[in-house]
Amino acid sequence: MSKKYNGFDKDRRKFLLTATAITGAVGISVAGIPFVTSMKPSEKAKAAGASVAVDTSKIEKGSLLTTEWRGQPVWILNRTEDMVKGLSKMETNLADPQLKVTSQQPKYCQNPTRSIKSDLLVVVGICTHLGCSPTAKLQPKGDMGDNWTGGFFCPCHGSKFDLAGRVYKGSPAPTNLVVPPHKYIDEKTILIGEDQKDEA
Amino acid sequence: MERKNNLMTWVDERLPVSSFIKNHLTQYYAPKNFNFLYFFGALAIVLFALQILTGIFLTMHYKPDALHAFASVEYIMRDVSFGWVIRYMHSTGASLFFVVIYMHMFRAIIYGSYKKPRELLWIFGVLIFLLLMAEAFFGYLLPWGQMSYWGAQVIVNLFATVPFIGPDLAEWVRGDYLVSDATLNRFFAFHVIALPLALAGLIFLHLAALHSVGSNNPDGIEIKLTKDKKTGIPLDGIPFHPYYTVKDLIGLTVFLIVFTTIIFFMPEVGGYFLEHNNFVPADPLVTPAHIAPVWYFTPFYSILRAVPPIFNSQFPGVAAMGAAVLILFIVPWLDKSKVKSIRYKGALYKKWLAAFVLSFLILGYLGTVPSNIWGQIPNFIPLLGGLDLATFVARVFTIVYFAFFVLMPFYSKKDKTKPVPKRVTS
Repeated sequence: MSKKYNGFDKDRRKFLLTATAITGAVGISVAGIPFVTSMKPSEKAKAAGASVAVDTSKIEKGSLLTTEWRGQPVWILNRTEDMVKGLSKMETNLADPQLKVTSQQPKYCQNPTRSIKSDLLVVVGICTHLGCSPTAKLQPKGDMGDNWTGGFFCPCHGSKFDLAGRVYKGSPAPTNLVVPPHKYIDEKTILIGEDQKDEA
Repeated sequence: MERKNNLMTWVDERLPVSSFIKNHLTQYYAPKNFNFLYFFGALAIVLFALQILTGIFLTMHYKPDALHAFASVEYIMRDVSFGWVIRYMHSTGASLFFVVIYMHMFRAIIYGSYKKPRELLWIFGVLIFLLLMAEAFFGYLLPWGQMSYWGAQVIVNLFATVPFIGPDLAEWVRGDYLVSDATLNRFFAFHVIALPLALAGLIFLHLAALHSVGSNNPDGIEIKLTKDKKTGIPLDGIPFHPYYTVKDLIGLTVFLIVFTTIIFFMPEVGGYFLEHNNFVPADPLVTPAHIAPVWYFTPFYSILRAVPPIFNSQFPGVAAMGAAVLILFIVPWLDKSKVKSIRYKGALYKKWLAAFVLSFLILGYLGTVPSNIWGQIPNFIPLLGGLDLATFVARVFTIVYFAFFVLMPFYSKKDKTKPVPKRVTS
């Protein structure tokens, strides 16, 4: 039974008030969807984020090509045999040499060289700390000190990475550099942005 | 005379202008013992108005487009008549706004102006501070220089560290996979309309709350408790107008001397107000060698850098930086002292306050320099060997910064306070 005070039905009022408030809140939330969604990457931005083909035949042994994918620098490093052999030497100084953080590379690069072909490394040149672009310090020693075996150095906060983009212990960057999805469309051409089928 | 009165009466019957002037100026009683620290509230209002004014005129020439933004700022500086004055007023105004706000907050802290009954007044103030930081951050992207670009990149990536939803959140904030034209356009929208509107609303609430509880003062004594029995006017109060309007004009004059000196003789202030790298157009493929935010963010940036990643996540640092600001909200309930003002607080509180101010300044300095500036701690020292000395110092002072707040309930209770007089001291 509803309780009446001075001719007012309090329960009915409360019900109407609650129902109106809920309806209003739902309505406002739904009306908010277009506004919130409009801030997501537009179709144009998504199209610009499509895959990029790179001819690797012109990259000399021991040198680096920087290309652009989704507006980020992507490095393609053609490692020399010495560089590939050297990768296992410094493993004790690395934060994650076994690639336990699997989100940093696709499955087909979950290997000691972090690449499809052992010499060609493809990584996004963005520090996993706060998004700066590290500088290539490919040659051993030099201004990086006598223990340096070649790799990348982030000027922002001093993170260090080896020639497979693996982060050194003690760096502010928490994880290895990201290997983007990529595949070979022929012997020498890499398509960055699309995954290789899982046969490799 | 007769005619003027008739006009005023006509208006007052339709809009209570006269009574508003009485209630908030000529018969609004403020404590008579304000010192120079009480200039900064009025100065903040003046700066807000000035930023809006110069902002409107900059908007007439600025183009929020990644292809044209940098050039349009240079166009304002070189080709628009007096454009350089307007832009330097805006950029200098931004930095001085923070000087003024930091002094205003420091004043509130040392005189206990956040304590009952002024908790809401304080909360509105902290909200204004938060929005002001957002406003400054959005504005800093607009010149589209290297520091604009990479500063925004770093800050937006802070969102990406939030567990689970982080990367999607960062993408939503940017509207692209990287800081781009879409980001610049929306930051412009936030900077010129969304946040200024919100700020205006909050400033109104801040002032409304102030006029309802009345100003605190350097003695932390409620002047409303001692009123003249006949008139009901606080014995220690004086009308805001003309006494404080005139006094604030003097403060404003001194401020304008500093303001114009900076504008005309040192608008970049050695790279602190306008960073050198920002005179290079934004380049998404090249990061400048040393990224530092503008000086007013550096204490918080230092805290961000000081916290090491935990479980491979950068989030704890981000959380600490957020907490460093958000903890201000609960200060009214952390302070258990019986007295408001530092004048009647004991040595223990003063020591903590000094440690806090010192840590704020040192963290502020460290945020402007690379973390390897002081070299490494020698390897023979156990545990800390090899760590950047500056990072270690930043960690120590980050702890001091938080200890000031977290331990406040204990030391403010234990502190030996002095007796507070009934009337303000002159």
